[in-house]
Amino acid sequence: MIGLLSYAVFFTTVASILAIAVLGLNLQWGNTGLFNGGVVAFFGAGAYGTLILGSAAQPDQFGGFNLFYPAALIGGMVVAGLLAWVVGILTLRLRHDYLAIATFGIAVTFENIMRNAEWLSGGAKGIRGFEQPLRDAFGGGLAYNAAFLAFVVAALIAVYQFLQHLVSSPFGRLLRAIREDEGAARSLGKAPSRVRLTAFITGSVIMGLSGGLYATFYAFVSPQDVLPTLTFQIWAMLIVGGAGNNRGAVLGAFLIWGAWTASGWSLSRFAPIEAQLYTGSIQYILIGSVIVGMLLWRPQGLFPERLVVSQSGKPGATKKQGV
Amino acid sequence: MVDIALTANNVVAGYVPDLPILKDVSMQARREAVTVIIGPNGAGKSTLIKAIAGLLPVSAGTITHGDRDITHMRPDLLTGQGISYVPQMDNIFRTLTIRQNLDLALRKVGRDAPARLDDLYARFPVLADKRNDKAGALSGGQRQFLAVAMALATAPKLILMDEPSAGLSPKAAQEVLECARGLTDQGVTILLVEQNVNQALRMADHCYILAEGCNQVDGSAADMLNDPIVGEIYLGAKRMRAS
Amino acid sequence: MIQNLVDGVLVGSVLSLGAVGLTMVMHMLRFANFSHAELLSIGAYSALVFDALFSAMMPPLTAAIGPLSMTWALALSVVFSLVITGLSALLIDRLVFKRVREKGSELSMVFASFGVAMIIRNVVGLIFGLGTHLYSKDIVFAVVLSRDPLLLVKPDQVFTLVAALLIMLIMHFVLSRTTLGYSLRAVAENPTLAQVNGIRLSHMIALVWLVGGGLAAVAGIFYGLSNQISPMIGRDLVLPIFAATIVGGIGSIYGAVLGGFIVGISASLALAILPSGYSPSMPFLIILAVLLIRPNGLFGEEQT
Ligand SMILES: Nc1ncnc2c1ncn2[C@@H]1O[C@H](COP(=O)(O)OP(=O)(O)OP(=O)(O)O)[C@@H](O)[C@H]1O
Ligand SMILES: [Mg+2]
Repeated sequence: MIGLLSYAVFFTTVASILAIAVLGLNLQWGNTGLFNGGVVAFFGAGAYGTLILGSAAQPDQFGGFNLFYPAALIGGMVVAGLLAWVVGILTLRLRHDYLAIATFGIAVTFENIMRNAEWLSGGAKGIRGFEQPLRDAFGGGLAYNAAFLAFVVAALIAVYQFLQHLVSSPFGRLLRAIREDEGAARSLGKAPSRVRLTAFITGSVIMGLSGGLYATFYAFVSPQDVLPTLTFQIWAMLIVGGAGNNRGAVLGAFLIWGAWTASGWSLSRFAPIEAQLYTGSIQYILIGSVIVGMLLWRPQGLFPERLVVSQSGKPGATKKQGV
Repeated sequence: MVDIALTANNVVAGYVPDLPILKDVSMQARREAVTVIIGPNGAGKSTLIKAIAGLLPVSAGTITHGDRDITHMRPDLLTGQGISYVPQMDNIFRTLTIRQNLDLALRKVGRDAPARLDDLYARFPVLADKRNDKAGALSGGQRQFLAVAMALATAPKLILMDEPSAGLSPKAAQEVLECARGLTDQGVTILLVEQNVNQALRMADHCYILAEGCNQVDGSAADMLNDPIVGEIYLGAKRMRAS
Repeated sequence: MIQNLVDGVLVGSVLSLGAVGLTMVMHMLRFANFSHAELLSIGAYSALVFDALFSAMMPPLTAAIGPLSMTWALALSVVFSLVITGLSALLIDRLVFKRVREKGSELSMVFASFGVAMIIRNVVGLIFGLGTHLYSKDIVFAVVLSRDPLLLVKPDQVFTLVAALLIMLIMHFVLSRTTLGYSLRAVAENPTLAQVNGIRLSHMIALVWLVGGGLAAVAGIFYGLSNQISPMIGRDLVLPIFAATIVGGIGSIYGAVLGGFIVGISASLALAILPSGYSPSMPFLIILAVLLIRPNGLFGEEQT
């Protein structure tokens, strides 16, 4: 019973952390129509940033700033934001493919650098961070994990509220206007590329927060945590949940994370031993099929956007060519 | 009825579903004559031409060419039906040379193609001189000539022209319009959209005025030119804008 | 250093072949196709299958061609693989991209292409295993071009380069001398105008997929000849191929050819300075540099 409970706490914690990243992506894709092909880079920037800033000095290792935990977490978010700024400033004025390619590229490169730059990130063996904050106060164990879950859920709610507030503000309307029709937004006297940059950075900072929490939770991060797979998972969560809808994004995160864990578990449990090696492949095929299938048959997701602006409700459904 | 080349009956069409730009348009183009469509900006003139060319979904009404219903025809079959379309903007391939543009237009002509090409060069000597230049390097007027030449390549019976004189000097505009007029003597029907109302009405046979996606008035071009009321309502603003 | 240059030229020829197809698709259908590199993988593996098939059916074909490791069976397989890969590209379009396109969202196409890439890569892994394969187990010795500095070239590599250049030359002739080529360029520039000039759009799109798939197959096989065949070909090449299209300017075929060589050579040269572990990062750095200096690439048109 305790085992089940502590698994439930563990599952909910990870799902909530990922849900935060999905919310960040929803701001970018769902609300603004920006394609981020490298979610994991911003997630990873937050994770590595938080650990490097918050941990004590270690030999042959960059960092060891030993910052107060909240400062380290915010620092991680800032790192993610800086990364987004660099990519955004270079690509957001160009055709939309450039952002897709550049973000995908930065994710590949981020993982590659983290794997190789031992002085910075500990290389392939990863980086051991700091003891989970306030661990001693709760005596560790389930009580601590429950408290950490409460913290993560609080962060999720805060991000959710912030985004709900944002999308119903004039800025949110501007985002949707840009998503639907760039020309119309420009005629409102707003420079679309500035607005997009703001949305892109904000979304990436939220992904950074998610990464920071993730690294705090495990007190460890390695290149294995920033593989492109995570980007796919986060997308699948958003697409299944319904792009443009924050509630859908959160539900999608829980749904897909549940399906992912369940499929991994059942494959490892029931698949013949020779097939075990291919568990990953099968899971990827499943997630790829979920993405493609949703786009083909239910592009609005399971929980579509309620603020209907376009006739179709599809994000970025601009009919004009070559925008 | 034989002398009607093109008929549009109560056409409804638009760019996105449930938002018709053409609300109810009917018109006819007489064979071997120039029919001109005028109207304020945004009236739906280009939209009408595009609907005829099959580039837009027509949600109601019919379009017939001769005795053929062409309402929902694929645009790439247009030339096969003896119809050419000269769009308002981007009506040539800028990255191809003039020769390549013409070869493309002559693609399906077959054995007559070389003779046809010589013919076009003879008719538009500027194009012959610059045949190996990129079409993007042509002047505005030369581009219109190239566009018209491409339209003529398939020896069409009907040419749809959308503001061929836009952006041209008065002299060049006059030349393009005269060229269009001259084609009617060779058995071609012209359906023309124009902003240069005075010039257009002088060379046209019949005129339709379109506003807000509906027919307003139509009549012989000469009558229109002399009708003070029409002049005041529809043409006055145009003249001022054009000046 | 010179060895790096030589290696870079060879990688470049593979990237060029991949990038030409990708740039055409990206320009005509206006989406970044992240599944394009998987076509290289399909090409490489189908050649592997045909090679085994032909070798088993007609043992005389297993003789190597001259100094190459390539056998007659493999040469024949290239042709079959080219067709299969082209048809696969067409099939994927029919099944996925065309339907997404008809729903009117260009951006969703990018998503779909990621999903497609995932599916292809892992299906290939399931069928052929996650390990690597080789076309030929015979070791072909490199020819020493010079001893000081030491410069080694394998006959296969020379063949790859010559064949790639030949293919590009053929492409060039088709594009600049035939009405079919003009039609392709016309559709890329202005689909509507192309249509009213009697060009059937759906045929041209199909043609682009066939050609793009065919070139990708050749690229994949050449890559397999000089490296190994693994399900990760797509994953490893997707970014360098994108970099090549961006360097050349999206939509420019000549740009893609040049871009492929530039990316291949500069990535190889950089490895003379950087530790080799960093090679996956090179394409991104090149992309960044291009975006900083010349965002529309070498031959790209101004995009707004
Ligand atoms: N591609 C398009 N998508 C959506 N709406 C369009 C498109 N093109 C034109 N419209 C709309 O259709 C209406 C009619 O446009 P159209 O181009 O037919 O006008 P027009 O009479 O040719 O004007 P002009 O004299 O300026 O050329 C306009 O309100 C315009 O906003
Ligand atoms: Mg118009």
